[in-house]
Amino acid sequence: MIQAVTVYVPRETAAVSLGAHDVAGKLSALDNVNVVRNGSRGMSWLEPLVEVVVDGRRIAYGPVAVEDIDGLLAAGFLEGGEHDLKVGPVEDIPYFRNQERWTFRRCGLIDPLSVDDYRAHGGFAGLAKALAEGPAHVREQVNMSGLRGRGGAGFPTGIKWQTVADAKGEQKYIACNADEGDSGTFSDRILMESDPLTLIEGMIIAGFAVGADKGYIYLRSEYPLTHRVLGKALTAARESGWLGENIQGTEFSFDIDVHLGAGSYVCGEETAMLESLEGKAGLIRYKPPLPAIEGLFGKPTVVNNVVTLGSVPDIIALGGDAYANLGVGRSKGTLAFQLAGNIKRGGLVEKAFGLTLRELIEDFGGGTASGRDIRAVQIGGPLGAYFAEQHLDTPLDYEAFAKVGGMIGHGGVVVFDDTVDMAEQARFAMEFCAIESCGKCTPCRIGSVRGVEVIDRILANEDRENNLNLLNELCDTMIDGSLCAMGGMTPFPVRSAVKYFPEDFKR
Amino acid sequence: MAIKYDATIATEIINQFEAAPEMLVQLLHAFVQRYGYICEEAIRQIAAELNLSRADVHGVVSFYHDFRTTPPGEHIVKICQAESCQAMGSRDLTAHAEKKLGVDLPGTTSDGKVSLEPVYCLGNCACSPAVMIDQKVYGRVSNAKLDDLLAQYGDGQ
Repeated sequence: MIQAVTVYVPRETAAVSLGAHDVAGKLSALDNVNVVRNGSRGMSWLEPLVEVVVDGRRIAYGPVAVEDIDGLLAAGFLEGGEHDLKVGPVEDIPYFRNQERWTFRRCGLIDPLSVDDYRAHGGFAGLAKALAEGPAHVREQVNMSGLRGRGGAGFPTGIKWQTVADAKGEQKYIACNADEGDSGTFSDRILMESDPLTLIEGMIIAGFAVGADKGYIYLRSEYPLTHRVLGKALTAARESGWLGENIQGTEFSFDIDVHLGAGSYVCGEETAMLESLEGKAGLIRYKPPLPAIEGLFGKPTVVNNVVTLGSVPDIIALGGDAYANLGVGRSKGTLAFQLAGNIKRGGLVEKAFGLTLRELIEDFGGGTASGRDIRAVQIGGPLGAYFAEQHLDTPLDYEAFAKVGGMIGHGGVVVFDDTVDMAEQARFAMEFCAIESCGKCTPCRIGSVRGVEVIDRILANEDRENNLNLLNELCDTMIDGSLCAMGGMTPFPVRSAVKYFPEDFKR
Repeated sequence: MAIKYDATIATEIINQFEAAPEMLVQLLHAFVQRYGYICEEAIRQIAAELNLSRADVHGVVSFYHDFRTTPPGEHIVKICQAESCQAMGSRDLTAHAEKKLGVDLPGTTSDGKVSLEPVYCLGNCACSPAVMIDQKVYGRVSNAKLDDLLAQYGDGQ
């Protein structure tokens, strides 16, 4: 009998959006092939990236369309044969080899829904250690790791957890923010689709560390595939005794529900998210009280992003100092950068903090997809500033970016070539704020509408100088007077566009 | 296709969520999944059974983009309008779709086949521009690829 060849075909949104299901279907029909649906390695430009196991090594081919399969078979790709689409052993691909994978190390490697596969690659080692060492040890390690919130705000995770642990009350919650709404970001999605058990494990550890027995994942509705994968992963975790009552026979119980968002960007703001989790409109709340003191249903709540929670299991398994040894200054550990927009090699790059924007865009990304010059780069989502050529050598860490008036946020990097109209982008920033404002505070609700109007007048060359001054004052008002980052940071892309690309506002 | 509203089934859906007000957003998703939209009758019934005011329910329905109050077309085509897709020509793609379908964004074709809607990020930003048709995401959608997709869905899938 001929041994079946194992072939990996990702079940991940980017791969599926380019035909991975058809590829998997056609390969499954062959009687000597065993198809495993893995997640993504994060090399989105090569998706669907098909990996064939040859002599124990995983040989990559990509991007593979269903029409390519006959040719690949003829070229003997099941034995690692040569073909135009052959990329070679996965771990030798420079884009992949040059990363420092921590949180995403299992992504694409394992079957995301197999607890056995997860455990064979170090999964649940962190939780097992946490259960053995106790909550105080967990908090100490997270604190020592220097981990900061990867959702965008960069708040120290250890301090947040300590606050919730110290807060009075029997009922506490873990709320995972999976409302990844920033354009140019998809790291939460890749982690949830490719290694969902890492997030689940991180949430259980968080619950154990602060004394919570219930967790919620607030997932955006734009991620239907992620929703299905998470549901199956939660079932697999429960069935194997790693989630639910008396986890692994201990006294500790913890369970997780997934709630869907409903297309609102502002619900990614933590207090709006809590409102939405309570079944209400996503109006933001005044702070204080902090969610750590009065969060979901008024109870002490840890609100953390997917990547933050997903970084925790290995911090516990390997020690907080192992994580803290990566990175620079106060930006410890790794960040999953996401290369998007007009980029040749778009995808996920997990690196220790400190590489420069140029290294990221040029060495990893290979420049623009169009082959034209880079003109602008927006970092940190729709509330992040636009940067120009002169900023490309800025090191990517929280503090260095704050110095040049930007923020790394959730690590999204959107590249524009020289055909971009930056006045149009500035106008869109205001327009987006007008569409997505929750409406609670005036500077954001009204300011954004006025912002669009003022930019229109500038572009129509009506009293340009005065209107530019007015736009500047409006930005001040929004920054100083808005209740949350929606209105408070919309001025960043607007102002940076005016500052670095003034010629686009004069026509 | 739109399914006729049925109060008994609506009660069943509401009871799946134990008529709990904190489940309102999830419950409305279930209504949209079944009926395609949230009709006035649904708002009345949900309000009554969750012991909320109609204004409360209306406030939640109108806050979220996902909760439409008019019937959608047979297929919902969402084109991403956010920055990453803009960098890869989503404005042109949108204009092309509007022209091809003869509607402005957002809108539904006169034959009721297609609703064209904006969406702000599908998380497929490394493969921009992205489009979602019903619940399926497509990447690197050129004008020609969109035409192909529309033809596929038009064939009554």
